[in-house]
Amino acid sequence: MKGALKVLRYAVLVALTLLFISPLLFMLVTSFKTSGEAVQTPPTWWPDPFTTQAYERILNAADTPVLRWFFNSLIAATANAALVVTTAALAAYALARLEFRGKRVIFALIVSTLFVPPVILVIPNYEIVGRLYWLDTLLAIIVPTAASAFGVFFLRQFFAQLPRELEESARLDGANRWQIFFRIVLPLSKPALATLALLSFLTNWNDFLWPVYVLFSPETQTLQAGLSTLQSANSVRYDLLMAGAVVASIPVLLLYLIAQRFVIEGVSRSGLKG
Amino acid sequence: MSAVGRRDGVVAWLFLAPYLVLFGGFVLLPIVLGLWISLHNWDFTLPGKPFVGLDNYANLLDPGSVAFDPFWDSMKATGIFTLFSVPLLIVIPLAVAMVMNAKFPGRNLFRAVYFAPYVLGVAVVGVMWRFLLDRNIGAVNSYLGAIGLPDDIAWLSSIPAAWVALVGVTVWWTLGFNAVIYIAGLQDIPRELYEAARIDGAGRWAIIWNVTLPSLRPVTMFVTVVTLIASANMFGQSFIMTNGAPAQETRTAIFYIAETGLQNFQMGQAAAASWILTVALMALSLVVFAVFRARGALDVS
Repeated sequence: MKGALKVLRYAVLVALTLLFISPLLFMLVTSFKTSGEAVQTPPTWWPDPFTTQAYERILNAADTPVLRWFFNSLIAATANAALVVTTAALAAYALARLEFRGKRVIFALIVSTLFVPPVILVIPNYEIVGRLYWLDTLLAIIVPTAASAFGVFFLRQFFAQLPRELEESARLDGANRWQIFFRIVLPLSKPALATLALLSFLTNWNDFLWPVYVLFSPETQTLQAGLSTLQSANSVRYDLLMAGAVVASIPVLLLYLIAQRFVIEGVSRSGLKG
Repeated sequence: MSAVGRRDGVVAWLFLAPYLVLFGGFVLLPIVLGLWISLHNWDFTLPGKPFVGLDNYANLLDPGSVAFDPFWDSMKATGIFTLFSVPLLIVIPLAVAMVMNAKFPGRNLFRAVYFAPYVLGVAVVGVMWRFLLDRNIGAVNSYLGAIGLPDDIAWLSSIPAAWVALVGVTVWWTLGFNAVIYIAGLQDIPRELYEAARIDGAGRWAIIWNVTLPSLRPVTMFVTVVTLIASANMFGQSFIMTNGAPAQETRTAIFYIAETGLQNFQMGQAAAASWILTVALMALSLVVFAVFRARGALDVS
């Protein structure tokens, strides 16, 4: 009985693994095929001949400069993650540890926006970003989404759990709030800060609707928005489309491979407070 | 507290200031500005933005208006998608989480693999599946044919196949996310509860029904609300995979709002539509809260 259950469990788990891995593998394989082999049926699982021409064709193309998009995505996601972590950590510390008038109201206001569907912000933020002359620039996708209510909430919960003794003894030694924050709280919070930075990076890297509409020139686009441009330009060139999709996946999959524990723990923890 | 309160006051606001600038400028202001825009005939590219009162709302709610059908068709599309994807994304990840809720070799590896699609963007997932689901050269139809099933299903341009494709791909993409949350929830259930049930002679199913599921109620509620909001905000899948086809049957509400507001620049109309969608969504979330709370209360008594 126990043994049969074990076998059944592994059978289910392996079947699921195939279901998740094989589409990704097929995408990778196809990106190294010729345009003809890419649309061949039945599908082939090994490119013959093996070619990198799809990549060569798209990386520096004038209308679909995928390499440029890669750097745009990298710059935007990094800057956004830095902005989220910096602003959220400062605010979260005030909300976790400092006493001031209006604290409850501010915290309640921030938390309540966690449940506001983001669609409500799209139209007015377009207007705001337009007035700031940020349309078609990376600022449009770096700054507005950095107002992370989740980040503040997540770090506040983390800071609130830190033992107070260290901070109190530092205070007795004459340290002020800034010193305590920078020298004690931040170093103790490295895992939480890393998790938030990682989740923000991934979210920004993968954001789709907003960049599709606020970035329009080929050279300002991010990879995700660019994939839809690539698709309109080459609707049946699946070798090119899969090469673009691979370029857009590799950084996040690598990051995930390295920091898988932080990503998964960050997501698990976000659920426990629900 | 008041002495301390005074001492922290200025410092606290300095700590808060950078975040509050962003929060005020790109969350609070837009919420108010969105309402304001919805009361105008607002075109971003034109200087004049005449005030029209509640006309934009009236247009969307009046069956005789030209705006009525496109908007409600898109709401219907969102409704269909939500109706099918939410239950699947509540139940399947829970089942997966239960299978994984034991110590066995390779457990973390499997968990990592199942979560992996979620770290990919919707554009990657959409472009990849559009290829796999292509009617003529797609691998899915090819393999269906190989095992003797119909091999010419128009996954991306016929109903109901397109809904199966959109829901299926979304489940594939986000299953791992919900499963990870469930797994964390399962690990938080105190062992004593299981032991007590076992001592009382409860069988495997009785334990799941009487211990696991009730203990998981807060987590399930969280998953439900998050999935509901995510599904109701579906855009990328249909933008990339079906482009709203066939006709505009898979054009979702967000798709309609984005097209109307950010492509045709009828921003007043689009803002009004996004308020209607938001109110509907928040009402639905409240219903979910109420249902879970009622069931929780019943259990306590």
